[in-house]
Amino acid sequence: MLLIRCPYCEQELPEIEFRNAGEAHIARPTHIADETDDDFEKYFFIRTNPKGIIYERWRHVHGCARFFNAVRDTVTDRFLLTYKAGEPKPKRLPGVGK
Amino acid sequence: MGGETTVNQSFRLANAGRLGRAKTVRFSFDGQDYAGVEGDTLASALIANGVHLVGRSFKYHRPRGILSAGAEEPSALVGIHRDAARKTPNIRATVQELYDGLTAVSQNRWPSLSLDAGAVNDLASPFFAAGFYYKTFMWPKAAWKSLYEPKIREAAGLGVAPDLPDPDHYASRYAHCDLLVVGGGVAGLAAALAAAETGARVILCDEQTELGGALRYERGATVDGQPGWDWAQATAAKLAARDNVRMLTRTTAFGYYAQNFLGLVERVTDHLAEPSPDQPRERLWQVRAKRVVLATGAIERHMVFGDNDRPGIMLASAARTYLNHYGVAVGRQIGVFTANDSAYWTAIDLKKAGVNVAAIVDTRDNPAGPAVEEARALGIELNLGRTVLKTGGRLRVSSMTVQAKKGGPERVIPVDALLMSAGWTPSVHLFSQSRGKVAFNQTTNRFVPGDYAQACVSVGGCNGTDGIGPTVAEAFAAGEKAAKEAGTTVRRLSRPKAETSESWSRGMAGAAPGAGPDSKAKAFVDFQNDVTAKDIRLAVEQGMRSIEHVKRYTTNGMATDQGKTSNLHGLAIAAETLGKTMPEVGLTTFRPPYTPVTFGAIVNHSRGALFEPTRKTPMHEWAVKRGAVFEDVGQWKRAWYFPEAGENMHAAVNRECVTVRKAAGIFDATTLGKIEVVGPDAAAFMELLYTNPWQKLDPGRCRYGVMLREDGFIYDDGVVGRLAEDRFHVTTTTGGAPRVLQHMEDYLQTEFPHLKVWLTSTSEQWAVIAVQGPKSRDIIQPFVEGIDISDEALPHMSVREGKFCGVPTRLFRMSFSGERGFEINVPSDYGPAVIEAIWNEGRKHGACMYGTETMHVLRAEKGYIIVGQDTDGTVTPDDAGLSWAVGKKKTDFVGIRGMNRPDLTAGGRKQLVGLKTKDPNIVLEEGAQIVADPRQAIPMTMIGHVTSSYWSENCGRSIALALVKDGRGKIGETLYVPMPDRTIEVEVAGTVFYDETGARLNG
Repeated sequence: MLLIRCPYCEQELPEIEFRNAGEAHIARPTHIADETDDDFEKYFFIRTNPKGIIYERWRHVHGCARFFNAVRDTVTDRFLLTYKAGEPKPKRLPGVGK
Repeated sequence: MGGETTVNQSFRLANAGRLGRAKTVRFSFDGQDYAGVEGDTLASALIANGVHLVGRSFKYHRPRGILSAGAEEPSALVGIHRDAARKTPNIRATVQELYDGLTAVSQNRWPSLSLDAGAVNDLASPFFAAGFYYKTFMWPKAAWKSLYEPKIREAAGLGVAPDLPDPDHYASRYAHCDLLVVGGGVAGLAAALAAAETGARVILCDEQTELGGALRYERGATVDGQPGWDWAQATAAKLAARDNVRMLTRTTAFGYYAQNFLGLVERVTDHLAEPSPDQPRERLWQVRAKRVVLATGAIERHMVFGDNDRPGIMLASAARTYLNHYGVAVGRQIGVFTANDSAYWTAIDLKKAGVNVAAIVDTRDNPAGPAVEEARALGIELNLGRTVLKTGGRLRVSSMTVQAKKGGPERVIPVDALLMSAGWTPSVHLFSQSRGKVAFNQTTNRFVPGDYAQACVSVGGCNGTDGIGPTVAEAFAAGEKAAKEAGTTVRRLSRPKAETSESWSRGMAGAAPGAGPDSKAKAFVDFQNDVTAKDIRLAVEQGMRSIEHVKRYTTNGMATDQGKTSNLHGLAIAAETLGKTMPEVGLTTFRPPYTPVTFGAIVNHSRGALFEPTRKTPMHEWAVKRGAVFEDVGQWKRAWYFPEAGENMHAAVNRECVTVRKAAGIFDATTLGKIEVVGPDAAAFMELLYTNPWQKLDPGRCRYGVMLREDGFIYDDGVVGRLAEDRFHVTTTTGGAPRVLQHMEDYLQTEFPHLKVWLTSTSEQWAVIAVQGPKSRDIIQPFVEGIDISDEALPHMSVREGKFCGVPTRLFRMSFSGERGFEINVPSDYGPAVIEAIWNEGRKHGACMYGTETMHVLRAEKGYIIVGQDTDGTVTPDDAGLSWAVGKKKTDFVGIRGMNRPDLTAGGRKQLVGLKTKDPNIVLEEGAQIVADPRQAIPMTMIGHVTSSYWSENCGRSIALALVKDGRGKIGETLYVPMPDRTIEVEVAGTVFYDETGARLNG
């Protein structure tokens, strides 16, 4: 069972307290009703599904109930970083690249 | 088997072993009574009685004995029977501790162990080579399921699973520690000792009953001047006395998962003659460790040569364990076949104990060192540069045939036990499970831990460290370092000093000389799955190149022992056949569990009533007293119907349905999800989350709300009451409450965080009692304080706060039945008292209690949908006939774009309609498919399916709802529902079957 750090509780806690909520940094269009079919498809259906680093949303559902963002390596399943919802994509990741 | 001489422990030696004058313990094997002593395993006790034949092999039904003295045992699998429900199959006799009255039975034999009809498979073995099943039983295809597979499963196999529910219970613990030490041999003890002295929180686990590991059999070792075993016991006692150390014996670390999370299983009662019913049989430990020290030792490999599987042929270290720990001689005339030094020490110990060692056969030409010298000095016959070609005997080995490696004359030497050692394989199982990568050491010819993936370290035998001196030094240092890394302060400690007189050498992997590619010998690599060296060569010849393919094709290493003794041999033979080196071919992946784990330990408390939480409304017991029959709705128990004397379900539901429409009915609606949406931006938030407009809804009024997902499909629905400008009382479907709150929170926290709104689940705070029917107002009138409930003051779809029976209420005028109706919310604790009061009043007006079935029928009569029954996640508001609930002037809400996708607005969508069977007495089956033309060829083109179907006593006919392609355009048309026995004609209708104008809603 993985340990996940909740950036609001500032604690590493067992995975069973959390629930994955899909890819992060996909903003809902402000004028969504006016989106073209192609744009809506890109927003709603298309995901990066990477082998390696993924930015994704998690919810501390059995804790503070907050949604937050996490950076995880899909190969090793390792969490590199978690940060609060609304914060920008981190530029530097611990243990990745130089 | 048996005979008088074998039941008296005649192979127990008076002056050997540690069990001393332990108490005699009685046990039986295959109906024959035997004696052993306390401290024995089933295996040591059987050997003490001269019993080596304990099982039949998986595929060929060959007689098999006891190979090992530990967890790696592939052959000696037995059933342990305590009572009718406690029959545990596939127990390794080498780890089953003996208790008084133990009953063991052999497996996979018929009619008896010594005369097994299945042994005919052995004669036919040329036909059962690798891949046999894949190639032979391919045709005819249908026969696989009905004939081949059942027959193969019957003929080949292990023990029989018990057929009664497991009467035992199992416990579960979570534990956290600075350091988890896996393995309590000399390495594990030294590491634990070093860490414990620093004050670190240490857990040490070991699969054995007593700590000491290889010191059980190794005689020449001393630690700090003490004999090794004595040091181990003293150290274990010292550790156990410390507050910061938890010692877990009889506990196997079976799985190493992410972030130093390990699964341990502790066997609590399997060694007890009379377990207390209070004790769990096993305890699962889920341990999170800051650091892990793996001290799991090494496992001896057997020699791969002809007929190396006869009972009486075993690992040299096992024979030494039986002698030095259990005081049992494995035979009286011992042969030894080895490729390394360690088997010599067994021969030496046996000889010194007075057991005749017939000969040592060593494949090495010029072995040297203290072991060889001592054996020679004791006068043991050494056959160097020679090999054992084959063995004789049927139910027990009787001879070994020795030949020079290069061939030449054969010599038959009579033996009643043959001890083997091809070398030692470091136990890297847990290291590999932790995703560490093994590295091949060319010098010692073995795989050892290479790159680590987690905060752990391997010490001693599992790290390829030879000899007790270097092992203790390495382990102690690792314990200190791990404790320091875990955050404790290390002071200078005195390290134990260990010495030994024993020597070690590298050994061999693969087939022994004489069992090479030219040989016809049945040289077993994997005893449990009956895989021979020839099978592995055949797999390579037939095109398997990857070791993972060879493994699956031959099943080498895939039995319950996971190839602890066989993997390296299999790899070596595959590599030789491929003409590659072992590291080029690579090791197969190790996966949990290390040894078999019971389902009981894993399932633990999550069975029976504790499998899943059961949710009951506050009025549950009240409904039980009223004779309600309940149904499961998710985790909820809901009153299904309330039968009166002599009524079946059909009669009860018909009566309830009619009574509600004639007088009134009372219904427990507590399970509805309830969410309080509060804040200055509450209405704006509701606008975004529901399709409907909310800004202009007056406080005190209600609206039926439809919630979509962003893709435009219906997600949930429910009546929402506006209590104030800034406060909405939202209801959700019973099953939808948690996900609707999650959905709302998701948008509020991440997409609309600028909105000042607070969401609270109030599902458990309110008990909800629905009173529906023309008499409903009369029934509740006496209890209402401070609310005018006249039709004028409180019209359909209104809500007021006030008092009911003297307690606070949110009183809704709403209806899911089509009648004048009220839903009375009171604080949960008052639910039983309030429903009792309403019921007593209701009876005066001819009202009845009704359950979920009647609720379903009444709503279907009115065409009210149930999300999840009449919709399935692919239904838009328009499909469901709910376009009226979508705010036409709105520019944004979740799903506004999704529901306008081309495919969702094009023609040909399935739309919700009513169905009337031509024969009003036929009730359709929910889920039944609908076709336009029943005479078309199969497979027919299906144009829809039935979503809801009931007998309606109020309509005097059956009614149904269905999703039908372009259904609203087909009203009045005849369609067909083909069933296995007949085809049912139906007419497409509107969704409302009763009171189409809705007049009754308004009273």
